[in-house]
Amino acid sequence: MRERGIVSRAYRAIEAQRLVAMRRRGGCMSSLLGGVGIGLASGFLLLTLGRIAGISGIVGGLLGPPGPGDRAWRVAFVLGLPLGAALVAAASPDAALVVFPTRGAPLLAAGVLVGIGTRLGSGCTSGHGVCGMARGSARSFAATATFMVVAAATVFVVRHVIGVAS
Amino acid sequence: MRVLAGLAAGTLFGGGLALSNMTSPAKVLAFLDVTGAFDPSLALVMGGAVATTTLAYAQVRRRARPLLADRFELPAQTTIDARLLAGAALFGVGWGLGGFCPGPAVASLAFGHAESWQFVAAMLAGMLVMRGR
Repeated sequence: MRERGIVSRAYRAIEAQRLVAMRRRGGCMSSLLGGVGIGLASGFLLLTLGRIAGISGIVGGLLGPPGPGDRAWRVAFVLGLPLGAALVAAASPDAALVVFPTRGAPLLAAGVLVGIGTRLGSGCTSGHGVCGMARGSARSFAATATFMVVAAATVFVVRHVIGVAS
Repeated sequence: MRVLAGLAAGTLFGGGLALSNMTSPAKVLAFLDVTGAFDPSLALVMGGAVATTTLAYAQVRRRARPLLADRFELPAQTTIDARLLAGAALFGVGWGLGGFCPGPAVASLAFGHAESWQFVAAMLAGMLVMRGR
Protein backbone atom coordinates (compact mmCIF):
# COMPACT_ATOMS: atom_id res chain seq x y z
CA MET A 1 0.00 0.00 0.00
CA ARG A 2 2.77 2.41 0.93
CA GLU A 3 4.64 1.67 -2.30
CA ARG A 4 1.50 2.35 -4.32
CA GLY A 5 1.14 5.66 -2.51
CA ILE A 6 4.67 6.70 -3.41
CA VAL A 7 4.20 5.69 -7.03
CA SER A 8 0.87 7.54 -7.13
CA ARG A 9 2.45 10.69 -5.78
CA ALA A 10 5.29 10.44 -8.27
CA TYR A 11 2.89 10.12 -11.19
CA ARG A 12 0.80 12.99 -9.88
CA ALA A 13 3.88 15.18 -9.58
CA ILE A 14 4.95 14.44 -13.13
CA GLU A 15 1.41 15.02 -14.34
CA ALA A 16 1.15 18.31 -12.46
CA GLN A 17 4.41 19.49 -13.99
CA ARG A 18 3.26 18.63 -17.46
CA LEU A 19 -0.05 20.39 -16.93
CA VAL A 20 1.63 23.51 -15.62
CA ALA A 21 3.95 23.48 -18.61
CA MET A 22 1.01 23.13 -20.96
CA ARG A 23 -0.88 25.91 -19.25
CA ARG A 24 2.06 28.28 -19.37
CA ARG A 25 2.65 27.66 -23.04
CA GLY A 26 -1.00 27.31 -23.94
CA GLY A 27 -2.64 30.28 -22.37
CA CYS A 28 -6.03 31.84 -22.96
CA MET A 29 -5.38 32.84 -26.56
CA SER A 30 -4.71 29.32 -27.82
CA SER A 31 -7.88 28.08 -26.16
CA LEU A 32 -10.03 30.88 -27.55
CA LEU A 33 -8.46 30.79 -31.00
CA GLY A 34 -8.81 27.03 -31.12
CA GLY A 35 -12.46 27.37 -30.20
CA VAL A 36 -13.01 29.99 -32.86
CA GLY A 37 -11.35 27.70 -35.40
CA ILE A 38 -13.73 24.92 -34.42
CA GLY A 39 -16.63 27.34 -34.77
CA LEU A 40 -15.51 28.55 -38.18
CA ALA A 41 -15.11 24.97 -39.36
CA SER A 42 -18.62 24.16 -38.17
CA GLY A 43 -20.04 27.20 -39.93
CA PHE A 44 -18.16 26.32 -43.08
CA LEU A 45 -19.51 22.77 -43.10
CA LEU A 46 -23.07 24.02 -42.74
CA LEU A 47 -22.57 26.63 -45.45
CA THR A 48 -21.07 24.26 -48.00
CA LEU A 49 -22.59 20.85 -47.29
CA GLY A 50 -25.51 21.78 -45.06
CA ARG A 51 -24.27 19.45 -42.33
CA ILE A 52 -23.78 19.57 -38.59
CA ALA A 53 -20.10 19.22 -37.61
CA GLY A 54 -20.77 16.45 -35.13
CA ILE A 55 -17.82 14.10 -35.35
CA SER A 56 -19.60 11.10 -33.87
CA GLY A 57 -22.27 11.52 -36.54
CA ILE A 58 -19.81 12.05 -39.35
CA VAL A 59 -17.82 8.95 -38.36
CA GLY A 60 -20.94 6.98 -37.50
CA GLY A 61 -22.38 7.71 -40.91
CA LEU A 62 -19.32 6.07 -42.44
CA LEU A 63 -19.99 2.84 -40.57
CA GLY A 64 -23.57 2.45 -41.72
CA PRO A 65 -24.98 1.69 -45.15
CA PRO A 66 -23.74 4.36 -47.57
CA GLY A 67 -26.25 7.01 -48.48
CA PRO A 68 -26.21 8.39 -52.03
CA GLY A 69 -22.96 10.32 -52.51
CA ASP A 70 -22.57 10.51 -48.80
CA ARG A 71 -19.29 8.79 -48.11
CA ALA A 72 -16.61 10.86 -49.80
CA TRP A 73 -17.05 14.12 -47.90
CA ARG A 74 -17.09 12.18 -44.61
CA VAL A 75 -13.82 10.44 -45.40
CA ALA A 76 -12.32 13.78 -46.41
CA PHE A 77 -13.46 15.42 -43.17
CA VAL A 78 -12.12 12.59 -41.03
CA LEU A 79 -8.77 12.73 -42.83
CA GLY A 80 -8.75 16.49 -42.40
CA LEU A 81 -8.87 16.24 -38.60
CA PRO A 82 -5.36 14.81 -38.11
CA LEU A 83 -4.12 16.82 -41.09
CA GLY A 84 -5.18 20.06 -39.44
CA ALA A 85 -3.66 18.95 -36.16
CA ALA A 86 -0.37 18.14 -37.89
CA LEU A 87 -0.31 21.51 -39.66
CA VAL A 88 -0.88 23.41 -36.43
CA ALA A 89 1.74 21.34 -34.64
CA ALA A 90 4.24 22.13 -37.40
CA ALA A 91 3.78 25.82 -36.64
CA SER A 92 3.35 25.45 -32.88
CA PRO A 93 5.06 22.35 -31.45
CA ASP A 94 3.27 22.66 -28.11
CA ALA A 95 0.11 21.62 -29.91
CA ALA A 96 1.57 18.15 -30.37
CA LEU A 97 1.92 17.60 -26.64
CA VAL A 98 -0.35 14.68 -25.77
CA VAL A 99 -0.47 13.25 -22.25
CA PHE A 100 -2.46 10.08 -21.50
CA PRO A 101 -3.44 9.81 -17.84
CA THR A 102 -5.52 6.76 -18.73
CA ARG A 103 -3.97 3.82 -20.53
CA GLY A 104 -4.53 0.15 -21.30
CA ALA A 105 -7.83 -1.55 -20.49
CA PRO A 106 -9.50 1.54 -18.94
CA LEU A 107 -8.69 3.54 -22.07
CA LEU A 108 -10.19 0.83 -24.27
CA ALA A 109 -13.27 0.71 -22.06
CA ALA A 110 -13.52 4.49 -22.36
CA GLY A 111 -13.39 4.19 -26.14
CA VAL A 112 -16.16 1.61 -26.27
CA LEU A 113 -18.34 3.72 -23.96
CA VAL A 114 -17.76 6.81 -26.11
CA GLY A 115 -18.60 4.83 -29.23
CA ILE A 116 -21.82 3.41 -27.82
CA GLY A 117 -22.86 6.54 -25.93
CA THR A 118 -22.39 8.96 -28.82
CA ARG A 119 -24.45 6.81 -31.18
CA LEU A 120 -27.16 6.15 -28.60
CA GLY A 121 -27.28 9.82 -27.66
CA SER A 122 -27.03 11.05 -31.25
CA GLY A 123 -24.04 13.26 -30.63
CA CYS A 124 -20.95 14.30 -28.70
CA THR A 125 -19.14 17.45 -27.60
CA SER A 126 -19.03 18.78 -31.18
CA GLY A 127 -22.48 17.68 -32.31
CA HIS A 128 -24.41 18.58 -29.18
CA GLY A 129 -22.00 20.76 -27.27
CA VAL A 130 -20.98 23.10 -30.06
CA CYS A 131 -23.36 22.77 -33.00
CA GLY A 132 -26.51 21.76 -31.13
CA MET A 133 -26.23 24.51 -28.56
CA ALA A 134 -25.40 27.02 -31.32
CA ARG A 135 -28.70 26.04 -32.96
CA GLY A 136 -30.56 26.48 -29.69
CA SER A 137 -31.55 22.84 -29.62
CA ALA A 138 -33.16 21.84 -26.34
CA ARG A 139 -32.07 18.25 -26.93
CA SER A 140 -28.48 19.36 -27.25
CA PHE A 141 -28.62 21.50 -24.12
CA ALA A 142 -29.98 18.53 -22.21
CA ALA A 143 -27.41 16.14 -23.67
CA THR A 144 -24.52 18.53 -23.05
CA ALA A 145 -25.53 19.21 -19.45
CA THR A 146 -25.81 15.46 -18.91
CA PHE A 147 -22.47 14.41 -20.32
CA MET A 148 -20.66 17.34 -18.69
CA VAL A 149 -21.98 16.52 -15.23
CA VAL A 150 -21.48 12.77 -15.66
CA ALA A 151 -17.96 13.24 -17.01
CA ALA A 152 -16.99 15.47 -14.09
CA ALA A 153 -18.53 12.98 -11.67
CA THR A 154 -16.60 10.17 -13.32
CA VAL A 155 -13.33 12.03 -12.93
CA PHE A 156 -14.20 12.76 -9.30
CA VAL A 157 -14.88 9.12 -8.57
CA VAL A 158 -11.80 7.87 -10.40
CA ARG A 159 -9.36 10.43 -9.01
CA HIS A 160 -10.69 11.31 -5.59
CA VAL A 161 -12.81 8.38 -4.46
CA ILE A 162 -11.01 5.40 -5.95
CA GLY A 163 -7.80 7.38 -5.96
CA VAL A 164 -6.29 6.06 -9.17
CA ALA A 165 -2.99 7.69 -10.03
CA SER A 166 -3.66 10.13 -12.85
CA MET B 1 -15.92 20.15 -54.60
CA ARG B 2 -17.88 18.47 -51.82
CA VAL B 3 -14.83 16.44 -50.97
CA LEU B 4 -12.68 19.56 -50.86
CA ALA B 5 -15.20 21.28 -48.63
CA GLY B 6 -15.21 18.31 -46.29
CA LEU B 7 -11.44 18.25 -46.23
CA ALA B 8 -11.20 21.98 -45.56
CA ALA B 9 -13.75 21.82 -42.76
CA GLY B 10 -12.04 18.84 -41.15
CA THR B 11 -8.62 20.45 -41.42
CA LEU B 12 -9.77 23.69 -39.82
CA PHE B 13 -11.60 21.75 -37.12
CA GLY B 14 -8.59 19.55 -36.37
CA GLY B 15 -6.34 22.58 -36.31
CA GLY B 16 -8.56 24.25 -33.74
CA LEU B 17 -8.53 21.11 -31.60
CA ALA B 18 -4.74 20.88 -31.67
CA LEU B 19 -4.21 24.60 -31.09
CA SER B 20 -6.29 24.43 -27.93
CA ASN B 21 -4.65 21.14 -26.84
CA MET B 22 -8.00 19.43 -26.73
CA THR B 23 -6.11 16.60 -28.40
CA SER B 24 -4.45 15.91 -25.06
CA PRO B 25 -6.62 13.91 -22.63
CA ALA B 26 -4.69 15.36 -19.69
CA LYS B 27 -5.83 18.85 -20.64
CA VAL B 28 -9.46 17.78 -20.92
CA LEU B 29 -9.41 15.73 -17.73
CA ALA B 30 -7.92 18.69 -15.88
CA PHE B 31 -11.04 20.68 -16.76
CA LEU B 32 -13.34 17.86 -15.67
CA ASP B 33 -11.36 17.47 -12.43
CA VAL B 34 -13.37 20.27 -10.83
CA THR B 35 -12.29 19.49 -7.27
CA GLY B 36 -8.69 18.76 -8.16
CA ALA B 37 -6.17 20.06 -10.68
CA PHE B 38 -8.79 22.27 -12.33
CA ASP B 39 -7.83 23.86 -15.66
CA PRO B 40 -10.63 26.07 -17.07
CA SER B 41 -9.24 26.08 -20.62
CA LEU B 42 -11.91 23.79 -22.04
CA ALA B 43 -14.56 26.33 -21.05
CA LEU B 44 -12.76 28.93 -23.16
CA VAL B 45 -12.57 26.52 -26.07
CA MET B 46 -16.25 25.64 -25.83
CA GLY B 47 -17.17 29.28 -25.31
CA GLY B 48 -15.20 30.40 -28.35
CA ALA B 49 -16.58 27.55 -30.42
CA VAL B 50 -20.23 27.99 -29.43
CA ALA B 51 -20.14 31.78 -29.85
CA THR B 52 -18.51 31.53 -33.28
CA THR B 53 -20.81 28.74 -34.42
CA THR B 54 -23.90 30.60 -33.22
CA LEU B 55 -22.96 33.65 -35.26
CA ALA B 56 -21.99 31.56 -38.28
CA TYR B 57 -25.16 29.47 -38.16
CA ALA B 58 -27.35 32.56 -37.92
CA GLN B 59 -25.78 33.87 -41.11
CA VAL B 60 -25.83 30.59 -42.98
CA ARG B 61 -29.44 29.75 -42.09
CA ARG B 62 -30.62 32.83 -43.95
CA ARG B 63 -29.77 31.02 -47.16
CA ALA B 64 -32.34 28.89 -48.92
CA ARG B 65 -29.85 26.08 -49.39
CA PRO B 66 -26.16 25.25 -48.85
CA LEU B 67 -23.55 26.03 -51.47
CA LEU B 68 -22.77 22.46 -52.47
CA ALA B 69 -25.86 20.50 -51.46
CA ASP B 70 -29.57 20.49 -52.19
CA ARG B 71 -30.73 21.20 -48.65
CA PHE B 72 -29.69 21.56 -45.05
CA GLU B 73 -29.48 18.23 -43.21
CA LEU B 74 -30.42 19.27 -39.71
CA PRO B 75 -31.59 16.91 -36.96
CA ALA B 76 -35.38 16.81 -36.89
CA GLN B 77 -35.98 15.33 -33.46
CA THR B 78 -37.00 17.73 -30.71
CA THR B 79 -38.10 15.52 -27.82
CA ILE B 80 -35.71 14.94 -24.95
CA ASP B 81 -36.07 11.21 -24.45
CA ALA B 82 -34.47 8.47 -22.36
CA ARG B 83 -32.34 7.34 -25.29
CA LEU B 84 -30.74 10.75 -25.60
CA LEU B 85 -30.03 11.07 -21.90
CA ALA B 86 -28.81 7.49 -21.51
CA GLY B 87 -26.49 7.94 -24.45
CA ALA B 88 -25.19 11.23 -23.12
CA ALA B 89 -24.57 9.63 -19.72
CA LEU B 90 -22.67 6.69 -21.22
CA PHE B 91 -20.65 9.07 -23.34
CA GLY B 92 -19.98 11.15 -20.22
CA VAL B 93 -18.57 8.15 -18.38
CA GLY B 94 -16.33 7.27 -21.31
CA TRP B 95 -15.18 10.85 -21.74
CA GLY B 96 -14.50 11.24 -18.02
CA LEU B 97 -12.64 7.95 -17.97
CA GLY B 98 -10.42 8.50 -20.97
CA GLY B 99 -10.38 12.24 -21.56
CA PHE B 100 -11.06 11.69 -25.26
CA CYS B 101 -14.14 12.38 -27.34
CA PRO B 102 -14.41 11.50 -31.04
CA GLY B 103 -13.00 14.63 -32.68
CA PRO B 104 -9.87 15.07 -30.57
CA ALA B 105 -9.18 11.34 -30.64
CA VAL B 106 -9.15 11.21 -34.43
CA ALA B 107 -7.19 14.45 -34.68
CA SER B 108 -4.59 13.16 -32.21
CA LEU B 109 -3.78 10.31 -34.61
CA ALA B 110 -1.54 12.88 -36.29
CA PHE B 111 0.88 12.55 -33.40
CA GLY B 112 1.25 8.80 -33.77
CA HIS B 113 0.66 7.60 -30.22
CA ALA B 114 -0.42 3.99 -29.78
CA GLU B 115 -3.00 5.08 -27.21
CA SER B 116 -4.75 7.25 -29.82
CA TRP B 117 -5.10 4.29 -32.18
CA GLN B 118 -6.28 2.07 -29.35
CA PHE B 119 -8.96 4.53 -28.30
CA VAL B 120 -10.18 5.12 -31.85
CA ALA B 121 -10.33 1.39 -32.53
CA ALA B 122 -12.34 0.83 -29.35
CA MET B 123 -14.60 3.77 -30.23
CA LEU B 124 -15.27 2.37 -33.69
CA ALA B 125 -16.06 -1.00 -32.12
CA GLY B 126 -18.58 0.67 -29.83
CA MET B 127 -20.13 2.52 -32.75
CA LEU B 128 -20.37 -0.70 -34.74
CA VAL B 129 -22.24 -2.34 -31.85
CA MET B 130 -24.83 0.44 -32.19
CA ARG B 131 -25.17 0.11 -35.96
CA GLY B 132 -28.81 -0.13 -36.94
CA ARG B 133 -30.03 0.38 -33.38
